[in-house]
Amino acid sequence: MSKKELGLALLLIVIGGITAALNPLFLSGVNLLNMANLIGLFGIFAIGQGLIIITGGIDLSVGSMFALLGVILVDLLVNFELFWPLAVLAVIGVGLVLGLLHGLLVTRLKLQPFVVTLCGLLIYRGIARYYTQDSTSGFGYAGDIDTVSWLAAGRSFGIPNPFIIMVVVALIMAVVLHRTVFGRYLYAVGRNEEAARYSGINTDAVITGAYVLGGALAGLAGVLLVFYTSSVSPSSFGNFYELYAIAAAVLGGCSLRGGEGSVLGIVLGTVLLQILQNLVNILGIPSSLNFAVMGGVILLGVIADQQLGQRKQRIQSNRAQGLAPAE
Amino acid sequence: MAPLLELDGIGKTYPGVRALDGVSLRLERGEVLGLIGENGAGKSTLMKVLGGVVPSSEGTIRIDGQLQASWDVPAATRAGIAFVHQELSLFDNLDVAGNVLFGREPLRGGPLRLFDRRAAREKVAPILRRLGADFTPDTPVAELSIAQRQLVEIARALAAEARIIILDEPTSSLTLSETARLLSVVKELRAGGVGLIYITHRLGEIIDCADRVVCLRDGRMVGALQREDIAHGTMIRLMIGRELRSLYAPPTNPPGEGGLEVRGLVTSAFPARQVDLHIRPGEILGLAGLVGAGRTSLARTLFGIDPPLAGEIRLDGRPLALRGPRDAVAAGIYLAPEDRKRAGLVLDMPITQNVTLANAADYTRGGLLMHRLERAAAEKQRQGLRIKAPDCGVRASTLSGGNQQKVVLGKWLSMAPRVILFDEPTRGIDVGAKGEIYALMRALSDHGVAILMISSDMEEVLGVSDRIVVMHEGRISGGLDRSGFSEQAVLRLAIGGTRQEAEETHA
Repeated sequence: MSKKELGLALLLIVIGGITAALNPLFLSGVNLLNMANLIGLFGIFAIGQGLIIITGGIDLSVGSMFALLGVILVDLLVNFELFWPLAVLAVIGVGLVLGLLHGLLVTRLKLQPFVVTLCGLLIYRGIARYYTQDSTSGFGYAGDIDTVSWLAAGRSFGIPNPFIIMVVVALIMAVVLHRTVFGRYLYAVGRNEEAARYSGINTDAVITGAYVLGGALAGLAGVLLVFYTSSVSPSSFGNFYELYAIAAAVLGGCSLRGGEGSVLGIVLGTVLLQILQNLVNILGIPSSLNFAVMGGVILLGVIADQQLGQRKQRIQSNRAQGLAPAE
Repeated sequence: MAPLLELDGIGKTYPGVRALDGVSLRLERGEVLGLIGENGAGKSTLMKVLGGVVPSSEGTIRIDGQLQASWDVPAATRAGIAFVHQELSLFDNLDVAGNVLFGREPLRGGPLRLFDRRAAREKVAPILRRLGADFTPDTPVAELSIAQRQLVEIARALAAEARIIILDEPTSSLTLSETARLLSVVKELRAGGVGLIYITHRLGEIIDCADRVVCLRDGRMVGALQREDIAHGTMIRLMIGRELRSLYAPPTNPPGEGGLEVRGLVTSAFPARQVDLHIRPGEILGLAGLVGAGRTSLARTLFGIDPPLAGEIRLDGRPLALRGPRDAVAAGIYLAPEDRKRAGLVLDMPITQNVTLANAADYTRGGLLMHRLERAAAEKQRQGLRIKAPDCGVRASTLSGGNQQKVVLGKWLSMAPRVILFDEPTRGIDVGAKGEIYALMRALSDHGVAILMISSDMEEVLGVSDRIVVMHEGRISGGLDRSGFSEQAVLRLAIGGTRQEAEETHA
């Protein structure tokens, strides 16, 4: 655990402690399970977002992708009565392909990630609304979805399945990011794409890979979200979710300049965001202030991180110079 | 009357480097002063001091005989000093008038502070006429040629009522006829009483327009020539004129066969020129030439960054198709780039990860990176190259230039080098570390690596290379064997002379 993550964990405990002290309901089983469920849902795509941010990119299209994927999933299950594992795989596949598309546009055509995914945000939402003629779709009396519904929204050993899935995803992605060559290259590309290219790294493939993974994780999260709400209204489903993901990644130590961040940090960032959401409810703060609280905390966190980072850098360069006096 | 500008005893010390040492010069009204010197002689630093961009460590500046107590950019501007830069600094998105009057825009509309287009045009038009420009004040700069943009820069200096204009390599990207035009503008300005400092590598232009020449070498003023003494020979003697320190360590074995062979290579920087080159294993081939002669572009092409437009690259007799640096690295061709902070290193990563960056897959077991193996590899390089750092966990950004260069080398040495291209390997590195880098290059070459060393440092080129080829405007203007090495010969070739001329100079 790095100092950054430790600091974040500490912040979590402090905020959680204060909230619990003000209202003991915060620690009640129901509330904790509910939070765990949401942390699972949001954590999965926040990790995908984090990978993209580490390359120096961004994905604004996640929320709209959820609407499009949700519409597709319901359609496949209800109208086409597709066997559910195929439907789920198809949805994750569509997410993956959209990610691939973003990655290719960014690396091959050298478009800015912000622009590419902003267009994605507009296009996917538009398609979802047009396809359903803006009407909410749900599962109704569709048969044979009990298993998948349980997998996506049920509990095992009393723990919400989305949370368990998120933990598994986090573990896998932590290994990918921190222990594989691909992960190392993600950081290298994010920190200095030119030097990475000059070292013989296929930087385009690395960056595209991040978008592909991000897309696939968005697909997985999309499936879970549909079963969480059990219906999809294409004009509002997933609205703003990309911003939650970006906020969680930034809180968790990802720099929008790229090259920084960790899976653990992103997960902790997601947890903090959900606690903030929750405390607004539980402490009776007007829910209209929800966003303002979140924004305020993120701002403070980033300022504190910036200040600490500058101090650390000074100390490190002093240390290096002390031992290796100016040549 | 006091001279327009008088510098006295100007010195500038950067940490570990004495860039300028006791430089004094004087500029009169209506005079063109040629400033010459090799790359790195201190010309740019001197001009930066004069422009107030960097403060001098010692020395005084007088304008019209007035001692200047504090000297910075605003003070230089007030004194009427203007630069026409090597790299043009115009705003593409504005028109000519907007550029010429930038920062001094005529305003109207009182508090609205609107740009007064008409007044601007009326102010700029006569200046353009004076310079003989063939474009109008409202032409967008984006539509102008490089030569025309240069005129805009000069117009800007005139609009600021500059009395001292410094032209830094103004003709490096101009054609012959454009150069002639520029020189006539220079003479016109001189007639108008402006003092000009003309910096160039093109000695012919100095002969054409300078009233006096001063020469810098290693940060010192080494001589001056009056109008009647200005000639190619006298200037080249001034630019060199020092004892060369012996850096040369001869190879242990004669060069081997194979290596990197280049035939008819056309780079994107000079689409009309072809390059032939042979870098043999076990030898250090020096590649000399003036800045902008196409050397870096050649290195980038050999490393697969820029695709060649035509020609053939062979490694040990087998043709190579380089689609990117990845192919070059796979073939064992490595580049230590000129700009190591931007292209050589990931500054925010520790030494370890920089060393293992290019072959990270070699440190995996079952697909997972083994930090222990990585650390061992980096530690080996740290000790072998004597990188001065407390441990391999410190970020590359905290190291000195020489140690950063060693980390770049460590990255390649931990692999299997066949050919290493060094682009300005010791730029910004102090003398002691330079010696270490040279020794490393020799050790590599003795191990059968083919080495190309691009360098603008004459001492380095002559002192380290086993053979020298010189580039001039995108082509190889000649090659020299060790027996034919001399600074005069290299310079002759670098300014476009033939090999015969070079040999005559030597004789």
